[in-house]
Amino acid sequence: MGFMAVIGFAVARLRNLFAVVMLTGLFSLTAAVLYVILDAVDVAFTEAAVGAGISTVLMLGTLALTSSEERVEKSGGSKWALVLVVVTGCVLVYGTLDMPPFGDPTAAIHHHVAPYYLEKSGQEIGLPNVVTSVLASYRGYDTLGEVFVIFTAAIGVLLIIGRPQFGRRRSHRMLVGELHESMRTNVILRVGSKLLIPVILLFALYVQWHGDFGPGGGFQAGVIFASGFILYALIFDIDTARTMIPARTTRLFLVFGVLLYTGVGVAGLFLGGNFLDYSVLAANPVSGQHLGILLVEFGVGLTVAAAMISIFFTFAHQEH
Amino acid sequence: MELIGLINYWIVIVLMMTGFYIVIAHDNLVKKIVGLNIFQVSVFVFYITMAKVKGGTAPILAEGITTYSNPLPHVLILTAIVVGVATTALGLALVVRIRDAYGTIEDNDFENQDGEP
Repeated sequence: MGFMAVIGFAVARLRNLFAVVMLTGLFSLTAAVLYVILDAVDVAFTEAAVGAGISTVLMLGTLALTSSEERVEKSGGSKWALVLVVVTGCVLVYGTLDMPPFGDPTAAIHHHVAPYYLEKSGQEIGLPNVVTSVLASYRGYDTLGEVFVIFTAAIGVLLIIGRPQFGRRRSHRMLVGELHESMRTNVILRVGSKLLIPVILLFALYVQWHGDFGPGGGFQAGVIFASGFILYALIFDIDTARTMIPARTTRLFLVFGVLLYTGVGVAGLFLGGNFLDYSVLAANPVSGQHLGILLVEFGVGLTVAAAMISIFFTFAHQEH
Repeated sequence: MELIGLINYWIVIVLMMTGFYIVIAHDNLVKKIVGLNIFQVSVFVFYITMAKVKGGTAPILAEGITTYSNPLPHVLILTAIVVGVATTALGLALVVRIRDAYGTIEDNDFENQDGEP
């Protein structure tokens, strides 16, 4: 954790935005390691795929479109900012004095619904991965909301910088700019990624369907799947990647994933249960839960993958 | 001994304040978004720290294991990470758009431009 703090300070001091973005990737990776140590394997998985992968690529894309150097200037406000930050920090430290110590099993957080999930989900849902059970079934409403947020964000990006109304062919300049030319001709990168991409896509599918039993699920699978495509587009040709999975398809999947999730919920309604109650989907409540979770996770995976791919291509298709 | 149990929370606070400082003290918009990300990760670490139970293991049910860490914060943070990257993308899209409209991504510059139409 000390390592994370050091990286944080480095980010605050550095003026070169390129280095800052690289450090942010490193920061995410460190965070992922920390999550593994703290038993949160699903979370670590997501952080490693998202923080160290996709968000770094997106930040680099923005830098290529804007400028990669922060202007140095002496501003009078920053002293006051420091004072404000230190004061807030002290207040928060004072607040932690009442917190239960680290790892204390008697802490209040472990005595509400969590024991119920741990004891009952084995019988009620029948899945070993409690995180998946809680995510897709007990807390299905929350997850539905999150999926809608991702959906809305993707639509927002498309609306703000997508500009699909321009029919003319734009000069598709790759986002990493000059770096890209050398990447395209580098034999090791080309051959290596050719070997890796099928494995990445296969791994994404494994994570998707095996998420009920081990760490994984729709969110992680979607991100990994998207990163397979993004790797291809970065190293080979963005136009080829685009023809392989056109904008219309990604938008279709984006909507379809959300609809699938909501549809499973509505199907539960028609079969006499509550919204997002999967027990009624099959004759046996446990297998109903299985089916519901599988479908819902698939919807999540579709939406996340489609959102990430379309966000990436929207950034990549900007004129430099 | 009691204070050692709180050291994780303090590092979280240091991280959070670093992010906060970047957001309020820097003019560059990309830097501000990076600051927000650090702030966000600090909250994630806070939740995951609270979920840890001493002697517990990852919340995947298996024979012979009785103590698990709390799965609920894991669920919340898992979805929050993906939502976080989606909203970051939205923020970056706004930065790109601002750059198109004003030709700069420094906060002060385009405020000045607004002042003199």
